[in-house]
Amino acid sequence: MTDKVIKLADLNKTAFVLSDEERHEVEHALTHYPDGRAASIDALKAVQKHRGWVPDEAIPVLAEAIGISAADLEGVATFYSLIFRRPVGRHVIKVCDSISCHLTGYDELRGELVKQLGINYGQTTKDGRYTLLPICCLGACDRGATMMIDDDLHGPVEPKDVAGILGTYS
Amino acid sequence: MSLRSANDPKYQKPLTRLIDVAAGPLGLKDHEAEGGYSALRKALKDLKPQDVQAKVKEANLRGRGGAGFPTGIKWSLIPMGPDAGTKYLVCNADEMEPGTFKDRLLMEQSPHQLVEAMALCAYAIQAQTGYIFLRGEYVVAAERLNQAIAEARAAGLLGQNVLGGAWSFELYVHTGAGRYICGEETALINSLEGRRANPRAKPPFPQIAGLWGRPTIVNNVETLCNVPHILLNGSAWFKELNQGKTSDAGTKLYGVSGRANKPGCWELPMGTTARELLEVHAGGMRDGKKLKAWLPGGASTDFLLPEHLDLPMDFDTIARAGSRMGTGLITVVAEDQSMVSAVRNLEEFFSRESCGWCTPCRDGLPWTVKILRAIETGQGQTGDIELLSKMTRWLGPGRTFCAHAPGAMEPLQSAIKYFRDEFEIGIVCDIDSSKLDVCTLPAGLPDITDHRDLATKAS
Ligand code: SF4
Ligand code: FES
Repeated sequence: MTDKVIKLADLNKTAFVLSDEERHEVEHALTHYPDGRAASIDALKAVQKHRGWVPDEAIPVLAEAIGISAADLEGVATFYSLIFRRPVGRHVIKVCDSISCHLTGYDELRGELVKQLGINYGQTTKDGRYTLLPICCLGACDRGATMMIDDDLHGPVEPKDVAGILGTYS
Repeated sequence: MSLRSANDPKYQKPLTRLIDVAAGPLGLKDHEAEGGYSALRKALKDLKPQDVQAKVKEANLRGRGGAGFPTGIKWSLIPMGPDAGTKYLVCNADEMEPGTFKDRLLMEQSPHQLVEAMALCAYAIQAQTGYIFLRGEYVVAAERLNQAIAEARAAGLLGQNVLGGAWSFELYVHTGAGRYICGEETALINSLEGRRANPRAKPPFPQIAGLWGRPTIVNNVETLCNVPHILLNGSAWFKELNQGKTSDAGTKLYGVSGRANKPGCWELPMGTTARELLEVHAGGMRDGKKLKAWLPGGASTDFLLPEHLDLPMDFDTIARAGSRMGTGLITVVAEDQSMVSAVRNLEEFFSRESCGWCTPCRDGLPWTVKILRAIETGQGQTGDIELLSKMTRWLGPGRTFCAHAPGAMEPLQSAIKYFRDEFEIGIVCDIDSSKLDVCTLPAGLPDITDHRDLATKAS
């Protein structure tokens, strides 16, 4: 019976506490704007930078830090594609699927990644090493087909290059 | 490319003159030694804010972010005078238009140029605070811009009482978190305020009520980077940079992507032809293939044909040819590449990036994608092309809250116009069977006739 219940919130969960570093980053961002709301994305990114993603429990804590409602911050957190609301692997691979890359080998690149990693978009490898995501034009269309792993841009990437590139991320 | 040492006496590539990708960006000292920040010093010493505005207007600088609106006129709409209160300057550095990769070059390789340009523009409109709205993925640009800002601030070129004068200017890098719609001026303002990036109704225009309700100017990176050079060299010089190729002034960062031999980005006189871009600078098409079609400036522009290659790439000429110059970076499609599949890719992008605010765009784009996928896999139905043509009107200008959906319809309508036969081949049994080797109905076709038939009848 109980397992049929969908939990909207788990009241027994341990409270989410911002680390000193995270709090410092949020407070630093607040100094850039006359209004705390504007630090929404910086606040979400501060947590994501240190934990890889933004857990639900972080939302009310961050919302309080910048002085807006949790619902408002949730709205922002779910709108933007670079804010991750589920755990991701140690390395996030973002593959450009826009037009110039489509014309210069995107299908082959994606196919090779899916084959080598054994996962599809939105999934993480079992060993927790990689998460695979599509992304809009990376502004490096002259280097298609492109992809970004963490903060590094790669391009042009041909299927034969994939194994070598993946090997440099442990 | 070693433009730094070229020291071109005619100064014909102002925006990229100091760029040497292999050597990396110049620090403040070297940048100043090459004339950097002298426009700002000159303006603060000799010119009133309105004079700076007048010079930019006189130079006939048009916005390089895609729309081509005259920059001086935009600035002149901002309230001036002692009672004008707080104003903002925002640099639109959310470069996400597929096929566009020029602002990255300027920011990564010449960050001080943008910092000076923003200070100058902020002085011209008497803004006290500026933000560079930078897309989140531009990690290198963020790092270099932040460093340039710190150097400039330490040298008194930004911050309290710039260069010892009465005017103060703070400049910040604000990084985004994805979403193409952030490039739309009013959506960008919402995003910067920490909201979802839905566009705002206009009027009021941002020049009157923008960021936090205050007068705000939003300009593209490349547009801003022209300003210091106009100030230093004058509007006559700026106009002549086009070498008489067109009536639009200045140089332009043009580029080529797709299956060309040497894709890239170059600063060239405004009005350079796409043929020169493709054949001279990009070394022609790869593998000896012929060019089939090209987008003149990003995903939201209409396809043009090889016969349009000799038109000067300027705002008005490309508009007369039925497209838009957009960002001026062309994307080329080779003869053996499918137009249906290219358009499907473009519409998937627009569908995913719709902000969801209004129904025609939120629902119409996924529907468009569904039809295109069917056609691409040879499962299109009778009437699909007509339906797609109707979509280009239902989602066209004036039907949606912002230009996202109309922009999405541009490549689609032009692809149908020029390459209708490629769409027809994807339609089951609806065509002259001589165009197909065999004409059999694939078994187990998904039922995708339902709502589309209704829609056809409803119109
Ligand atoms: S046209 Fe699309 S992107 Fe623009 S407001 Fe409507 S839903 Fe949003
Ligand atoms: S289309 Fe892939 S980087 Fe621009």
